[in-house]
Amino acid sequence: MQDLGGAIQLALSLIVSADRNLAEIVSLSLLVSLTATALSCIIGVTLGAVLATTRFAGRGAVIAVVNALMGLPPVVIGLIVYLALSRSGPLGFLGLLYTPTAMIIAQTILVTPIVAALSRQILEDLHVEYDEYFRSLCLPHRNVVAALIWDGRFSVLTAGLAGFGRAVAEVGAVIIVGGNIDHLTRVMTTAIALETSKGDLALALALGTILMAIALFVNGLVYYIRCTALRSAYA
Amino acid sequence: MAGASWPPLRAGGAERCSLAVNDLWYLAGGRALLSGINLTLGRSGITVLMGPNGAGKSLLLRVVHGLAAPTSGAVTWGGRSLNEETRRNIALVFQKPALLRRTVAANVDFVLAARGVKDRTDRRNELLETVDLANRADQPARLLSGGEQQRLALARALATDPCVLLLDEPTASLDPASSLRIEQIIALVAARGVRVILVTHDVGQARRLADDVVFMSHGQVVEMGFADSFFSAPQSERARAFLDGRFVL
Ligand SMILES: Nc1ncnc2c1ncn2[C@@H]1O[C@H](COP(=O)(O)OP(=O)(O)OP(=O)(O)O)[C@@H](O)[C@H]1O
Ligand SMILES: [Mg+2]
Repeated sequence: MQDLGGAIQLALSLIVSADRNLAEIVSLSLLVSLTATALSCIIGVTLGAVLATTRFAGRGAVIAVVNALMGLPPVVIGLIVYLALSRSGPLGFLGLLYTPTAMIIAQTILVTPIVAALSRQILEDLHVEYDEYFRSLCLPHRNVVAALIWDGRFSVLTAGLAGFGRAVAEVGAVIIVGGNIDHLTRVMTTAIALETSKGDLALALALGTILMAIALFVNGLVYYIRCTALRSAYA
Repeated sequence: MAGASWPPLRAGGAERCSLAVNDLWYLAGGRALLSGINLTLGRSGITVLMGPNGAGKSLLLRVVHGLAAPTSGAVTWGGRSLNEETRRNIALVFQKPALLRRTVAANVDFVLAARGVKDRTDRRNELLETVDLANRADQPARLLSGGEQQRLALARALATDPCVLLLDEPTASLDPASSLRIEQIIALVAARGVRVILVTHDVGQARRLADDVVFMSHGQVVEMGFADSFFSAPQSERARAFLDGRFVL
């Protein structure tokens, strides 16, 4: 166990020198979470748009379920994906367990309900406002959806960033399906958990600092997008 | 004048621009918002729809456009009932237009694109010129003033190249000069054969523009007739009171 001062000093030097091990972990984290967020946005915004613009039996129930899934604990998702991908599971033949792909799958499941629920709300509010005008133009449904997503782009982007924030910070799902294997599936959060338990505070602190910086950056970006959108009355 | 370089409108005055409303009822919340409306309007000209607040004017426009389904009764344009084909020829400018969260130019482009117009730039610039918004083209539409927003809404409606134009108080928040400008545009469009139905509370404007007048109150058509006779000698007590500026109920 190092003393705290020494650990902080070492952590900073790791960051400043762009330590290879550190860089590897950070870039895998970003790769996994950004890919999962991108996939979630494609699925989630589509789902949100369908829920916002169509009326069908059971729509209310679907919305309630999507909203509830927003609060799904990452460990539970990790467990479910583990069961599906494990050798005896239904998707075991794919051999994906303990790979970055498995981590992307788990985080996509984590983030999709967030993007879907938030964009459903955003697009539905817009839809209520534009509906009569679009109907007066006899606009086809796909044009309506495209117009809603475009006009809600700033808010939808914010929803995506919220999803990314959740993905990059979660540990429960990736540690179960990724296994925290060095040089293969070790990401920031799982590394912090491991290094802390080993007593290697320097690496844990360096990763924690970077994680905080990412969280701050994402929040700053959200704030900036909101301001830009409001300034031009696009929000 | 505004329309000198106007993009050519389709040949107006077509049969499909004539409206027939037959025993139209609209019930909601236990009230008859439209009760037993009968109307026939010729294929061209400007009809002004007047009446006190809550008379059902906006609702009637929405029903004849097919945006709201009546409880009973029939709406036909040129003898044909409302369908997508007839509705595409009818443009409606709402009392409170919903402008897209885009620039002024993009709002017009959106409509042109929806109508399959390929070369949009010239047409859009002409339309913005017409409503005197050319110098605001690159601004966010929702930062326009109330009157400017209504002028943009009119430009968007004209962009659909309609044969019927339904206008719900298009000059309600416009300054006198802009109102006159809009009146000129309406007169010009009508002269080209577009069938105009205009809701207004401005009696002066109604006198200037109307070929005929429909006066509504309490969801009923109280009186209809040629503009000259309506304004010089209204037949009903309610219309007389309305024109005199007395309280109508
Ligand atoms: N969908 C609806 N459900 C219930 N009531 C409605 C609905 N639409 C309109 N109304 C009511 O119908 C009446 C007529 O409304 P409408 O908007 O047509 O009036 P208007 O003649 O356009 O009045 P104004 O001059 O104030 O614009 C109002 O009392 C309104 O509250
Ligand atoms: Mg009205």
